[in-house]
Amino acid sequence: MTHNETVIPERPAPRLTVGPLAWLRANLFSGPVNSLFTLLGLYLLYLLLTPAIQWALIDADWIGTSRDDCSREGACWVFVNARLGQFVYGLYPGGEIWRINLMFATFAALLAWLAIPRLPFKRWVAPVTLVAFPVFAYVLLYGGHFGLPVVETHRWGGLSLTLILATVGMVAALPIGIVLALGRRSQMPIVRSVCVVFIEFWRGVPLITILFMASVMLPLFLPTGMTIDRLVRALIGITLFQSAYMAEVVRGGLQAIPRGQEEAAAALGMGYWQRMGLIVLPQALKMMIPGIVNTFISLFKDTTLVMIIGLFDLLGIVQAALSDSRWLGFAVEGYVFAALMFWIFCFSMSRYSQYLEKKLHTGHKR
Amino acid sequence: MSVRPQARPSGPKPPFWRDRAKRALLFQAVLIAGVAAFLLYIIGNTQDNLAARGITTGFGFLTNTAGFGIVQSLIDYSSQSTYARTFIVGLLNTLLVSALGVLAATIIGFTVGIARLSPNWLIARLASGYIEIFRNIPLLLQIFFWYFAVLQALPSPRQSHAFGETLFLNVRGLYLPEPQFLSGFGLIPGAFVVAIVASIALVIWNRRRHDATGKRLPAGWLSACLIVGLPLAVLVITGVPVTWEMPELTGFNFRGGITVIPEFLALWLALSIYTASFIAEIVRSGIQAIPHGQTEAAQALSLPQGLVLRLVIIPQALRVIIPPLTSQYLNLIKNSSLATAIGYPDLVSVFAGTTLNQTGQAIEVIAMTMAVYLTISLLVSLFMNWFNARVALVER
Repeated sequence: MTHNETVIPERPAPRLTVGPLAWLRANLFSGPVNSLFTLLGLYLLYLLLTPAIQWALIDADWIGTSRDDCSREGACWVFVNARLGQFVYGLYPGGEIWRINLMFATFAALLAWLAIPRLPFKRWVAPVTLVAFPVFAYVLLYGGHFGLPVVETHRWGGLSLTLILATVGMVAALPIGIVLALGRRSQMPIVRSVCVVFIEFWRGVPLITILFMASVMLPLFLPTGMTIDRLVRALIGITLFQSAYMAEVVRGGLQAIPRGQEEAAAALGMGYWQRMGLIVLPQALKMMIPGIVNTFISLFKDTTLVMIIGLFDLLGIVQAALSDSRWLGFAVEGYVFAALMFWIFCFSMSRYSQYLEKKLHTGHKR
Repeated sequence: MSVRPQARPSGPKPPFWRDRAKRALLFQAVLIAGVAAFLLYIIGNTQDNLAARGITTGFGFLTNTAGFGIVQSLIDYSSQSTYARTFIVGLLNTLLVSALGVLAATIIGFTVGIARLSPNWLIARLASGYIEIFRNIPLLLQIFFWYFAVLQALPSPRQSHAFGETLFLNVRGLYLPEPQFLSGFGLIPGAFVVAIVASIALVIWNRRRHDATGKRLPAGWLSACLIVGLPLAVLVITGVPVTWEMPELTGFNFRGGITVIPEFLALWLALSIYTASFIAEIVRSGIQAIPHGQTEAAQALSLPQGLVLRLVIIPQALRVIIPPLTSQYLNLIKNSSLATAIGYPDLVSVFAGTTLNQTGQAIEVIAMTMAVYLTISLLVSLFMNWFNARVALVER
């Protein structure tokens, strides 16, 4: 008896199990209920997207200088175009805008240096960013030295003010947050309770009441005759608020470090600050980075509240432009523009934080 | 060879700053002194400043006449009322928008969060689109959008959008019919209470019977029928003692019915939609945190799909969901203070805004406002901790 050695030729897989058709069947039309949901979803998408695209792109006016150029049914982007300078730089004098640009270009370069893993000398760039750069930025923006004319803070505004508020609030809050978090984990009961009360107080009240307090009560706390700038008052409020949230992020990072690390360091004869500064915090900081980015995103969105105490951040200046009698009736365009700006910043930061989370997680995967 | 404890090294005692206990004492004493000195400095400055501006401190201003009207109040209020009553009105308005916001945000958030995990590709994408859009735009901007761009663009009362001649939506707000209760209506809440008590008794009896005999009745459905059916039956028996007062267009505005002011609508919509996007993410990660093995094990025990969800997945997922959910509820309550930007009469708007400007009692007013939010935060976290402990017990 001989075996039949011929191999049956491979046949293609059934048509409905591979390719785009199979994907459609598995993901969109796997059953009657699912098919119904898909159709409903498509209809909803159609209802939302067609008028939106029609309004924002097809029927929109793009070019022009005044509202007379907005003759068509759709959006009037001419309004945003005409006001773009104000939306970005506030009322900063036109001839001095290079100072803001230079400041942000330097900042972006420093940040990029820190964010791209391959570049060397991070050990030196980080302290320059945290210590030397703020001084440089202040001198550049406020002026008064090196022949730069003074630009009062009430002329600052727009997107640049939003970025300044968020960044300064964050950078100032981080060291306070670290100290508070260490205090909250301390063995000393009084230190611990002072830190807990401080953190829970600022976390328990809305930012808006803190800003009210900073603008109304802070002048009362100072010696008579002494006044501080409105922007600085807002910054103090934001920093106090943010430091409490930062403390909780830092505490989470510290809790993730096994106790053995600190005990091993103590066994080597290290003191408290050596243990914290050389062993615990460097490890904890790595774990905290996604949390820090997330609190930065919420702070970035919360800076819009400063318009309630009379500062013109991006939303504040858009709101002010909407009440300009030459450009009445373009509220939707203004809000859509502001929303898009905020969205781009927040979304890209949250994607970066997710990327970091994935990247930093690899060390702990089992 | 036995190890003997080593004797303390002889010689001079270490200086006190090398002794940990003494150093801690010293450090804490310095901290207390520092905090006290700072507070004294601030209080001194404040007293000087107040004296210089001629402001007297104290809570006496609360009994003065406020002299301004409030557009929405849940209790009787007129411009003749006192500042204390203003405070209560503001507080109630804050609580109203927060409670309804929490309710709506929870419903939207859970729906979107579950839709995000749907096997249907399109539905999952739509849900994640919702989440990514709304959580990355500042809340204040969303409030402004709803208020200035949507609700202020509605037609005047004469051209209002009508929904079945009972609901009217126009630039002045949303008009709803108002129920008028006739005599004999008191029986219906009574029937409702009786139904709730009866269904609790039913559930307890059913659980005991289940433990003893292994038999069980569908107690959930039975009590649902009881709670809905008994009041309805009483309603029909008593001859429906309710009439609806319809809003009517008289002159330039609507009269009668319930008026929902546009400030409330804008704030409520923005708060619910914004917070829901965070709740959806919490729900998604909570459900995903349950290992798939749990579902498979439950199915291997031949539990039906409904019971797998109810007895295995949801109790474990809730344990993950509840702590971050609590902080979202607290965020919503705190964010309701943004009302002041569009003029919804909440606590911050009427008390820390108008009252503060009229009386100049900055310290008292801000302290009272902050105390309210701190108390709410504390109460909500206490309640949620209690609830969390219960859920944790159910799990093990």
